[in-house]
Amino acid sequence: MSTLPQPVEELLTAALVGELTVVDSTDRPVTYPLIPLYDGSRIYLTSSTLFSRKLEHIKANPKVALSITDPNAIGGRADRVTIQGDARVIDEDPHAGWERLLPVWEAKEPAIVAFLKARVALPLFFERSLIEITPRRALYWVDGDAATAPVVSDAERTAA
Amino acid sequence: MTATVGTTPRVPALTAKGGLMKLATYPFQVLSYVDADGYPVSVAVAATIDPAARSASFALPAGLAVPSGVDVSLTGSHIRPQPGYGYDERRHVTVWGRAARDGDLVTFEAARAWGWDEAEVPFFEYSERSIGQSRKYFDALSAERGSPVKPRLSAGSLALRTTRLPFLSATIVPVVLGIAIAARQGTFDLLTAVLTVIGASFVQLGLNVANDVFDSAQGADDANVTPTKFSGGSRVIQYGLVTFRQMAGLATGFYVAAAVVGVVLLALRPSTALLAIGVAGFIVSIGYTAPPLKLVYRGLGEIAVALGFGPLMLLGAYVVQTGGSLSWEPLVASLPIALLVALILYVNEIPDRRGDARAGKRTLPVRWSKAAVIAGYRSAAVAAYVILVVAVAARILPIPALLALLTVPLALRVSRGLEPNYDNPYGLMAVMGVNIKVHLYAGLLLLAGYGLVLLLGAVAPSLASALG
Repeated sequence: MSTLPQPVEELLTAALVGELTVVDSTDRPVTYPLIPLYDGSRIYLTSSTLFSRKLEHIKANPKVALSITDPNAIGGRADRVTIQGDARVIDEDPHAGWERLLPVWEAKEPAIVAFLKARVALPLFFERSLIEITPRRALYWVDGDAATAPVVSDAERTAA
Repeated sequence: MTATVGTTPRVPALTAKGGLMKLATYPFQVLSYVDADGYPVSVAVAATIDPAARSASFALPAGLAVPSGVDVSLTGSHIRPQPGYGYDERRHVTVWGRAARDGDLVTFEAARAWGWDEAEVPFFEYSERSIGQSRKYFDALSAERGSPVKPRLSAGSLALRTTRLPFLSATIVPVVLGIAIAARQGTFDLLTAVLTVIGASFVQLGLNVANDVFDSAQGADDANVTPTKFSGGSRVIQYGLVTFRQMAGLATGFYVAAAVVGVVLLALRPSTALLAIGVAGFIVSIGYTAPPLKLVYRGLGEIAVALGFGPLMLLGAYVVQTGGSLSWEPLVASLPIALLVALILYVNEIPDRRGDARAGKRTLPVRWSKAAVIAGYRSAAVAAYVILVVAVAARILPIPALLALLTVPLALRVSRGLEPNYDNPYGLMAVMGVNIKVHLYAGLLLLAGYGLVLLLGAVAPSLASALG
């Protein structure tokens, strides 16, 4: 069941790229551009083991934020959002576990299916873990302008 | 034998000033900081960036408490959407520093930066530079679970990748040609012909795998961050798909199988020539990368490959059929094949040259200038075709052997493709593919020529005789 306002869900569904920010061991933010995948209740991202430092950070500190800010990646929309939440790394099966999200991924990046067929050429790229974010709070800028205070939605309150 | 897989070079570091210069090219920046609850907050801002002063400033975002005195970051990120495909032109940069509030203005002093631009470091190279992180992650996962967790491939894909099976054409072409030449001279035995193909294939599979073992042990494959599907080895050890020990066992297994087939062939067709060629083949194959010879590290790799996949393979197959008799025809026929197969290695060494140089592998592209390498390709290719024509004119090879000249346009494509792609490993990949076809098609056309002569020998002996 969704806990996010409708415009935020629309952004999650449309965005080709968002910025995942995690907190490293020195309490410093570290930002990674990734494709957000949304199943109607939780937000997922996937990370190759090649670029898995973010996974190490999340395992040490699950507090994350996902922002969608680039109008270029959301079909020209001006609104922006940052979703704070608690992340969990799902890496029981890095070889195939992430493939359950392939249809959602393919919807945003159709070329990924052809890449996957050539897995033998790039095996480590397709050893992947899932990042599952349970939203906690959303900061939404209707016109995308930081000069205006964001509309803050508490995920639990929205659900109620 | 054991070896520690080395550390692959990572993406070159970015200075704070360099990061700010890149950040200034983005239409907006994403400010990120950690809030009082410990969660990151990200908000798009329009920063005024002064790389020379290593600083940036932007208006305080409304309703947000940007902290002073702790590390915050500014990130720029770019993609170009490609409908029906996904996106390209990926790049991003993050600059960290301390923020200070001055009324409604936030000033930012940059301290360090990190980023990636696929126009500067292609995705495949970026991935190769990151395999150390993948190894680290799997090691941590294994420690977490108390049992080994490793990357995987399907058995078929792994076998293909580990043995580099498609390169077997380099063996099959000269061996079958040697058998065909013997057949034209009136000697052919199916059992020993099949055994020769199998035995020679085992030698090459042993070489392919041993090459990875010794290149890994000597750091050459770790140092190479621009492998392609034709160069840089199988990389199964670097990727953690197969262990060093397993690869060493596999190479040994192939060589033992080759030796067994060789002994059977010697028993069936005993000859000093076959024994000498077999022993020389093993020495060249194992010594290609293995100490103490390490032929490829001493700048003798191209000669070793030419010798091994030219005269040794072709004459070996020939003497098995003839019971030890030698003649000029198989030796001369092997020369263009030897040159063209050496050119496969030679072109494939071009993208590997920086990694090879770091590992002390003195290949010709490591030692020679770009102009010399390209001139070397042209000279060797011309020599291969000239030898063919002269051999036919001298009636050593039959006239239909000239069919191999049909590959000249392909060789010209390679020659023309080297210059513009010399420093672009991924652009060079298509050139390497064509270069492999030059050898394969030239060999197949030579075989077709011999097939034609054999066929005519059966149906029109006088015509076959006229063709040489």
